[in-house]
Amino acid sequence: MNMLVTPASPTTPNGTTRPQVRIVIVGHVDHGKSTLVGRLLHETGSLPDGKLEMLKAVSARRGMPFEWSFLLDALQTERDQGITIDTTQIRFRTNSRDIVLIDAPGHAEFLRNMITGASQADGAVLIIDALEGVRDQTRRHGYLLHLLGVKQVAIVVNKMDRVDFSADRFKAISDEISAHLSGLGVTPTAVIPISARDGDGVADRTDRIGWYKGPTVVEALDRLEPARPLEALALRLPVQAIYKFDARRIVAGRIESGSLKAGDEIVIMPAGKIAKIKTVESWPVTPVAGRQGAGRSVGVTLDRELFIERGDIVAHAGTAPRETRRLRARIFWLHDKPLAKGDQLLVRCGPKESRATVVAIEKAVDPGELESSENKAIGRNHVGEIDISLSNPIATDPYNENPRTGRLVIEIAGRIAGGGLVLSVDAGQRAVPVDIVPVESALRPDERSARYQHNGAVVWLTGLPASGKSTLAKALERRLFSNGGSPILLDGDTLRAGLNSDLGFSAADRSENIRRLAEVATHLARNGHIAIVAAVSPAREDRATARRIADTFREIHVATPADVCEERDPKGHYKKARAGALASFTGIGNDYEAPQAAELVIDTSKRTVAEAADEIERMLKTSGVLFDEAVDLAANI
Amino acid sequence: MDHLDQLEAQSIYIFREAFARLKKIALLWSLGKDSNVMIWLARKAFFGKMPFPALHVDTGKKFPEMYRFRDHYGKEWDLDLRVEPCPPIDAVDPTLPPAARSAARKTEGLKMALAKYGFDGLIAGIRRDEEATRAKERVFSPRGLEGNWDVRDQPPEFWDHFNASPPQGAHLRIHPILHWTEADIWAYTKRENIPIIPLYLAKNGKRYRSLGDQDITNPVNSTASSIDEILIELEQTKVPERAGRALDHETEDAFERLRVAGYL
Repeated sequence: MNMLVTPASPTTPNGTTRPQVRIVIVGHVDHGKSTLVGRLLHETGSLPDGKLEMLKAVSARRGMPFEWSFLLDALQTERDQGITIDTTQIRFRTNSRDIVLIDAPGHAEFLRNMITGASQADGAVLIIDALEGVRDQTRRHGYLLHLLGVKQVAIVVNKMDRVDFSADRFKAISDEISAHLSGLGVTPTAVIPISARDGDGVADRTDRIGWYKGPTVVEALDRLEPARPLEALALRLPVQAIYKFDARRIVAGRIESGSLKAGDEIVIMPAGKIAKIKTVESWPVTPVAGRQGAGRSVGVTLDRELFIERGDIVAHAGTAPRETRRLRARIFWLHDKPLAKGDQLLVRCGPKESRATVVAIEKAVDPGELESSENKAIGRNHVGEIDISLSNPIATDPYNENPRTGRLVIEIAGRIAGGGLVLSVDAGQRAVPVDIVPVESALRPDERSARYQHNGAVVWLTGLPASGKSTLAKALERRLFSNGGSPILLDGDTLRAGLNSDLGFSAADRSENIRRLAEVATHLARNGHIAIVAAVSPAREDRATARRIADTFREIHVATPADVCEERDPKGHYKKARAGALASFTGIGNDYEAPQAAELVIDTSKRTVAEAADEIERMLKTSGVLFDEAVDLAANI
Repeated sequence: MDHLDQLEAQSIYIFREAFARLKKIALLWSLGKDSNVMIWLARKAFFGKMPFPALHVDTGKKFPEMYRFRDHYGKEWDLDLRVEPCPPIDAVDPTLPPAARSAARKTEGLKMALAKYGFDGLIAGIRRDEEATRAKERVFSPRGLEGNWDVRDQPPEFWDHFNASPPQGAHLRIHPILHWTEADIWAYTKRENIPIIPLYLAKNGKRYRSLGDQDITNPVNSTASSIDEILIELEQTKVPERAGRALDHETEDAFERLRVAGYL
């Protein structure tokens, strides 16, 4: 069955090579946004056949005069209430470019929708009613454009027919809005008098505005530039994920700025680990040669195995972002409950998320009024400057150095509640960047393998308390050692007495406990030892992290039934927990997540210790950790 | 980077966010041009392997060519294909007009599949330029417990930050090609040499611009018998893409009602 359609000619005859500009239309409610959009679509011949007739018929049926805004207010509720509820996107073409028009609602209640639309725009049209003049929402929208980094703003003074096309009225409004915007650092690209309903100034200059010599709306749109490429800035590749679908370990993400290619020396922030890009992977053809620039979603492999997490940033050494636990941000707040000092939040900076606390509120203001200012809390639809302290270090840039990475959003109860710009970064105590170059062992892995008759590995025993993990681990340690190997026991409780004595039993601390165990075990394994870890490690995700960290990971589920474990209770923990004296004890509750695909499952109520150790030894042999007597060591070099 | 490169990079970004932030997702494969491009993009995002199931909610009324396509490429692309049936027409809201009612079977089938597998994210191939209510969609669009879409209370999306925490038992719709147009889909299909169902190409002066169920989809007048000719036709036509979809024309709000209830 052949369904492939072979391309008939090498060129694509559609207009996809024309520059595309995304423009948001904003302004106070009822100042005429949807009308202008409807009119623009009509004037540029962008309406489908029959659309106008259909809407005219709908209007007639409802006994309403036809409005251009009906074109966009497609939702029933919107037509019923006569307002635009949500942002929508419509395409049309001018002489020189394709335009994506983002129509954003002006109603204060739907400010979040306006932000959703405007945050995707390259430029903006800010519309003002000639009769009403500059209103709160006009100023709020002007401020938001500034906050979102939209620098190209064309001002349209609409409904000029309502003020008899008065040049004086136009000038007064023009002066007021220009002053407001330049106070925010935004210079309007044009100020245009129009009547959207009648078409004056939209595509044509009419006699009624004969005194106006500037561009029409269509001409002004034609002059807006597409977003500038960000390749000139330093490399920022925020890590979305690490994929290990096959033998490759691919670091995937989108290049937000700068560029990269195979062979580049890179640093992974915030940890400051150094590596080289080995390949740039792709599909269906891989690897990819040549430099990959900002905007590309890529995957890279590195020349060494480093522990990398979602949210880390890949940068070039020397131009890495700062590592911080504290930053100042200018934010726009959308949540019903005002944001106050001491509030606990979730902050997202690209793919990185961190719990955070509001340390200080420096400024809080309603951008619609501007004169009222306080600094106790930031109310809904207000802006403010806040200091945030983060529970995990993150790597980020101030917005004025990198607009792509210097952005953040704040989440409350799983929903975006606000967002804004990183103003400054209070870099941590560490020197920046931290130039950690791992020192390699003097011995090669094969030299150790030859002596010990095994490869390095992490053997991870997980199971309920008193399931027999430590007993089994010690028997295995003795067995391997007797055979000339180099086993090392890492018991969870033992390490909690020292290395991990700063950790408690919260979910986050438990994860960190497992991560450290895995890092230590992996270090030993890389140096040829068999690290035997005995730890309850109740969370599946934590064990998955451990597996990711380790190069060779063998998981053994010590699946002794819960009642047997409790009956044994050698440390008396079950008894204490039953008596309520031991909080967060795994075993009594239901928080143990059994492995789904362990390399081996052992029930110690049905096996002697020696039998169990035999089974483990067999598994290690068949899975290539332990060598059978005669091994061609040369094959391992 | 040209226009198609930009669209592709953005879609891949969205796929990777969905895979990283949700626990159990599936891609809705309707076998049409858009969802085929989506599968292609997913394989790009994950380096050849789509690491989640392709879900075909089957009304049983697709064209034979579509079933052949599914069975062939489901294997060739190594998809984890799940075919799920829809309930009979009697089980669907009788107040809907006939074509919309027929289409609503798919909404019900979708709900059954959601309940069966417990997906918290469904990747769907809708585009903003297809239809007015779709233009108002978010990239990550939360659905209520009944699969319903609350258009009046959509969470904000700042830049490329998406809301990815559905309430317990609810799910998210993820729209990785929301920003593409019909012409983009064809130009990309051609550039990447993605297989298509031949029903899209004109035969005897007719072709399908949009493929749905046999009983509610009609071909449009066209002489475009290659992708190049389709692209030229799209440059010139003023006929909307869904002109051949009966349900869009029954009443003014039939489609909106369907979508609010959970339809794609």
